[in-house]
Amino acid sequence: MEHEAPIVTFMGLNFNLANVLMIIVSSVIVFIIAMLATRSLSMRPGGMQNFLEWVVDFVKGIINSTMDWNTGGRFLTLGLTLIMYIFVANMLGLPFSVVVDHKLWWKSPTADPTITLTLAVMIVGLTHYYGIKMRGFKEYGSQFFQPFKLLFPIKLIEEFANTLTLGLRLYGNIYAGEVLLGLLVSLMHSGIFAGIFGAIPMIVWQGFSIFVGSIQAFIFTMLTMVYLAHKVSHDH
Amino acid sequence: MQTLTLGLAVNSGDILLQLVAFLILMALLRKFAWGPLMGIMKARQEHINGEIDAAEKARKEAESNLALQIEELKKAREEAKAIIDNAKKQGEVQGEAIIKAARLEADRLKEEAIADIASEKDKAVAALRNEVASLSVMIASKVIAKELDEKSQEKLIDDYLKEVGESR
Repeated sequence: MEHEAPIVTFMGLNFNLANVLMIIVSSVIVFIIAMLATRSLSMRPGGMQNFLEWVVDFVKGIINSTMDWNTGGRFLTLGLTLIMYIFVANMLGLPFSVVVDHKLWWKSPTADPTITLTLAVMIVGLTHYYGIKMRGFKEYGSQFFQPFKLLFPIKLIEEFANTLTLGLRLYGNIYAGEVLLGLLVSLMHSGIFAGIFGAIPMIVWQGFSIFVGSIQAFIFTMLTMVYLAHKVSHDH
Repeated sequence: MQTLTLGLAVNSGDILLQLVAFLILMALLRKFAWGPLMGIMKARQEHINGEIDAAEKARKEAESNLALQIEELKKAREEAKAIIDNAKKQGEVQGEAIIKAARLEADRLKEEAIADIASEKDKAVAALRNEVASLSVMIASKVIAKELDEKSQEKLIDDYLKEVGESR
């Protein structure tokens, strides 16, 4: 079950080639889906355009539930890209994984804490950036001392805790799903009876993983908007 | 497993790549997918808004037109009634005038007839008178011819006159 990662050092940076591959694959798939859906736009939408418009409305709903549209409208593209990228990334590891030479090549990129924490740090960084940009440094800074000054350390910890939980929640869910799938596969390898016996929980768990992957993509986007709203909104 | 052993094997390359890839993906999608998609969604929204406005306007127009038409119909009906009443009244007046004229004409004809009768009578009297005169002349000449005396002449004239008077 323990697989190594194909790590290569290039220009002093460590690259996990599996991650590199999966990040690119996920991005390309998201891009292709979006391009296919918006290739022939029409006033009367059909098929893929309908689907993508539903996604847009869905993300709009997420944003509207956390902040008013005047402030939140600019985050629509961020939310759309996030939810689709994470969803696709979560789904990629489900149907199979590819192991070459004891090195795991095909998996969900989000099953790696490096990736999820990168996304989480990026999001939290964005919240601080927009907090300063839209409310001014003074108001942004004073937020850490609300409702009273004693809370400052807790507020500071909260920022890091937010980052960690945002990244690790996604990682944990997806990684756990893949580990269990791997375990079931190795169980099925151990004999014919085990193979038949293992098929049912395998299918069930794959279905559940699709559900978990969708939910996690939604939660990640939702929390992104919540954190952004905390930093951006004037009242909370 | 492989990572999370911070400080030892952080996949700094992955971090960088993920960041760059996500930002590039977002930029590309914004330009090629989300932008046009939201554009058309907004266009559709505006289109629908416009259509609803137009429909409302048309409905209002139709309503006002209907009210106008009802008003017009009412007016036309009243006008027609007035025309019919007028015609009736006129007919009555005309009928009366015709009857009056006829009556006048009849009176005139009657008077004319009476006048004719009178003039004819006058003419007849005149003719008779002429005859009487000529008769008296004839009688006179006959008397003269017979050389009657005064007494018998007078008696004759009287007889004749009486005769004439009786015959009349």
